[in-house]
Amino acid sequence: MATPENTLAFDGGWEYAPAPESTDHVEIDKRYGLFIGGDFVKPEKGRYFDTINPATEERLARIAEADAADVDRAVKAARKAFGPWSRMKAAERGKYVYRIARIIQERAREFAAIESLDGGKPIRESRDVDVPLAAAHFFYYAGWSDKLEYAFPGRKVKPLGVAGQVIPWNFPLLMAAWKLAPALACGNTVVLKPAETTPLTALKLAEVIADAGLPDGVVNIVTGAGETGAAVVEHPRVDKIAFTGSTAVGRVIQKALAGTRKKYTLELGGKAANVIFADAAIDQAVEGIVNGIFFNQGHVCCAGSRLFVQEAVADEVVEKLKDRMETLIVGDPLDKNTDIGAINSAAQLEKIESYLEIGRSEGGEMFQSSCTVPDTGYWCRPTIFTGVSQSNRVVQEEIFGPVLAIQTFRSYSEAIAKANNTPYGLSGGVWTDKGAKIFKMTQNVRAGVVWANTFNKFDPTSPFGGYKESGVGREGGLHGLDAYLSLEA
Amino acid sequence: MATAAEKTRERLSVAKTYKLYIGGKFPRTESGRYFKLTDKNGVVVANVCRGSRKDFRNAVVAARKAQPGWAGASAYLRGQILYRIAEMLEGRREQFTAELNRQGIAVRAAEKEVDASVDRLVYYAGWADKYQQVFSAVNPVSSSHFNFSVLEPTGLVAILAPEDSGLLGLVSNLAPAIVGGNTAVVLASASRPLSAISFAEVLHASDLPAGVVNLLTGYRDELTEHFASHMDVNAIVYCDGGKRAARQIQSLAAGNIKRVVERSGIEWSKPGAQHPYLIRDTQEVKTTWHPIGT
Amino acid sequence: MSVSALETRPILPDLSKVPAVDEVGVDERVARFCSRSIKTTAKLEALKLALSMIDLTTLEGQDTPGKVRQLCQKAIHLHDAMPGLPQVAAVCVYPTMVGVARKALEGHDINVASVATAFPSGMAPLNVKLEDTRMAVAEGADEIDMVISRGAFLAGEYGFVFDEIAAIEEACGDAHLKVILETGELGTLDRVRRASVLSMHAGADFIKTSTGKIQPAATMQVTLVMLQAIRDYFRETGRRVGMKPAGGISNAKLAIHYLVMLKETLGNAWMTPERFRFGASSLANDLLMQLMKQSTGAYQSADYFSKD
Repeated sequence: MATPENTLAFDGGWEYAPAPESTDHVEIDKRYGLFIGGDFVKPEKGRYFDTINPATEERLARIAEADAADVDRAVKAARKAFGPWSRMKAAERGKYVYRIARIIQERAREFAAIESLDGGKPIRESRDVDVPLAAAHFFYYAGWSDKLEYAFPGRKVKPLGVAGQVIPWNFPLLMAAWKLAPALACGNTVVLKPAETTPLTALKLAEVIADAGLPDGVVNIVTGAGETGAAVVEHPRVDKIAFTGSTAVGRVIQKALAGTRKKYTLELGGKAANVIFADAAIDQAVEGIVNGIFFNQGHVCCAGSRLFVQEAVADEVVEKLKDRMETLIVGDPLDKNTDIGAINSAAQLEKIESYLEIGRSEGGEMFQSSCTVPDTGYWCRPTIFTGVSQSNRVVQEEIFGPVLAIQTFRSYSEAIAKANNTPYGLSGGVWTDKGAKIFKMTQNVRAGVVWANTFNKFDPTSPFGGYKESGVGREGGLHGLDAYLSLEA
Repeated sequence: MATAAEKTRERLSVAKTYKLYIGGKFPRTESGRYFKLTDKNGVVVANVCRGSRKDFRNAVVAARKAQPGWAGASAYLRGQILYRIAEMLEGRREQFTAELNRQGIAVRAAEKEVDASVDRLVYYAGWADKYQQVFSAVNPVSSSHFNFSVLEPTGLVAILAPEDSGLLGLVSNLAPAIVGGNTAVVLASASRPLSAISFAEVLHASDLPAGVVNLLTGYRDELTEHFASHMDVNAIVYCDGGKRAARQIQSLAAGNIKRVVERSGIEWSKPGAQHPYLIRDTQEVKTTWHPIGT
Repeated sequence: MSVSALETRPILPDLSKVPAVDEVGVDERVARFCSRSIKTTAKLEALKLALSMIDLTTLEGQDTPGKVRQLCQKAIHLHDAMPGLPQVAAVCVYPTMVGVARKALEGHDINVASVATAFPSGMAPLNVKLEDTRMAVAEGADEIDMVISRGAFLAGEYGFVFDEIAAIEEACGDAHLKVILETGELGTLDRVRRASVLSMHAGADFIKTSTGKIQPAATMQVTLVMLQAIRDYFRETGRRVGMKPAGGISNAKLAIHYLVMLKETLGNAWMTPERFRFGASSLANDLLMQLMKQSTGAYQSADYFSKD
């Protein structure tokens, strides 16, 4: 147990000086049009909205707002491009996708900086995770384009046509890559709608796509909010919808697509259980908890937001977790030492804070690290709730912030029952040193991705997607091809 | 319900009461309702249970209860049980042929349908311990982790069986669902419901655990909304039904993000109507990561 | 032995209770320490702190009094061109050189550390190890760096290893005891952690990674595992055991990574030569070159820094 005599002190002493990533290599235009048919064009109605830096609340650029007519233009451009693109020699198509991967690698620093400016995520993550994974994703799927017949034994494959893709604000460039890479490799053309709070890297990606020489109209990028997304989803000449976002919106989309026979994949919400058994490698498990819930400010659909710790080690784990939280640096996303950046938007911060209030009013005991946060911008210190149970809203509902709900358990059967006691099923974590228990647990967690003795790992070769209300279909790996092809006998 | 043939015999035959099949039992519909099934001459062949939403609810409870055990059964065992179902059906070839005939199918066609149904069961029995090998993957991730993706059953599958293929259509949609460890609640063809219930007897005699397959008869118009909206159903497979049905089913399925599988216009007698991608339709891909270290 | 001595006699803990260590997880944590960017004032402070934590070491068969005296001169005059430099923590030598070092460092607040217990293999009977230790202490060693019996440890003879450490600790008297695990011979991080726990319970004031004679010597991975063991032991007992990675830490950048790891694992109380040392010889000059670079802005040449 922690007493004043055996408590570690992390405050004060040797502190890291500011280490800001330079932004002199970053070019952001004052205003961005829509990327349709290979050009940046003005929106029909001439409406623009601001994209702001959530760390400073300052405007970064004005972004075109696409309405249904603009979306129609984009779909027409994609339609027109589909014939030649889908008939192109597959190996050639693949080479275009390889080019995109390479140019992203060349411009990696710029992409990383813009991702952090626009979305608030720490540069360490955009630099080490988002951007390299995005490039890797294009690289991986590029190679599939002329090998598709080997992916589906006994079937012939055909591209679907125009894919409408609506992506979220938590991994703006990476989600664009997850969507675009397989779609293009499989011979589809695309209308992509980035999230309204984080459009910049997708627009930068449009530059890359143009630089890579992709035929006009193969990729079209329309910016805007929910209405723009709805226009993409509802467009009659779109053949496939890929959506990543909340379960609530996913439900609306699944309904909207009813009767249309459009193919769709949905990557939706989650409330993953991260289960720590007493025989786990405790220090690595604590690190796994941190990666599970504080990665990307907790703006992660597969975040390990429900922690279950076996009672014998519960106090130890929570104490170690609190110590570790004290070493997390919250602040300027562009500082290379920042662990937790800015909350993506004022609206999201408000939502998170409302959950902190709910958690306390439900009787949960809240702990936040003692770090300071900047005055302007949107910030939330890493937060844990103990003394909560499955009946509490902070345990049941997706908060999408750096907020962890901790419960204890006694036995394997209790752990698995509670882990699965949720309408979601995107991911799960299990920590134990016993091999047989790992397999029993990973086999019985009803979730599409299970991390055993690790958490929040991603790779282009590794399929990702949920069970139950966490979505339909998979992205990544061989299994991610299916979403962009029709299989025929 | 006497047939013309029976009328010439001296002995009065004992007609079968066609009931539902739920949780390994053969209850009557809780609603007490029925519909008359008549032959082409208008003679009543059977009073068929007009299954209700409550029957469906009960069937889902039974299917949910049976699901973990069935999914946990070894692939070998599931294959053996499907093969056993084929054996049992083969043994009742005459009965099923006659029954199909009574539902308006010519004897030759009926025989072919029964034979094809037996063969289809054998086909899927063989897939039980193989589809996983075809559809799984070891993924070469860049970090020091062992990463693999396997299929797991989606869970509880509701099936709206084809209307015009009372036995083969049923078997063709049921077998790929259950061979993969799902449990099923099936609404049989309303115009050819008898083979479904007799097939339930085959299932019952085939070591298939209670609740793995639950069969209802009734009106599709009446039950579709419940099949599509039930929050404890993980996937819905529907055969035919047109655009209106498609719209209704998927709208309601969105309530719990059900997997929606449409199988329209398929001629179930064709060899192309059987393939492992039908198994995959009601499977989830699970990807597991584990560090490689000492 | 008196009753009270019996009561305070260390007891071998149940090593099966020592938590498991996952190697890949450790690698990932280490990578994250290494991604910290230490600039400007933080770097300056770190360079000086690292310098003050050095055990300037010569442990060679060819060591002579002359060589040891030169090393002591280096310890005293790190780089006189730069005023305001801290001193290294200690000079580390073989037992036969302790007297020479003691004399050479007279009047300076620099400790003399001596390896002992049949360093580096430890393949000698206990009485020889005890004599080795007593002799070094008698010659004036402030600190004793002992080696554990790795063979016995790997054979599962934990009690033997434990008793040996406890006996040496007693022989040290007032001298501080650093226990070298020789992690390069232990093979797994699980064993590193168990050996750390065993050594601390047996009375180690410091635990140390390596002799420098076996590859791999210190790595951030084993050091992290040992720091975590130190933290758990502190939580359990309230006693702060020190840490000394030794061997292979030859440049400033790596030393700063170690300090980041130390700071984020054990906090401020360990950010002192009292509780953390680098066993190194060439590290000092690289730290000095970096310090010079920080103050002049110009990248440095090794020709301007004394090698002893």
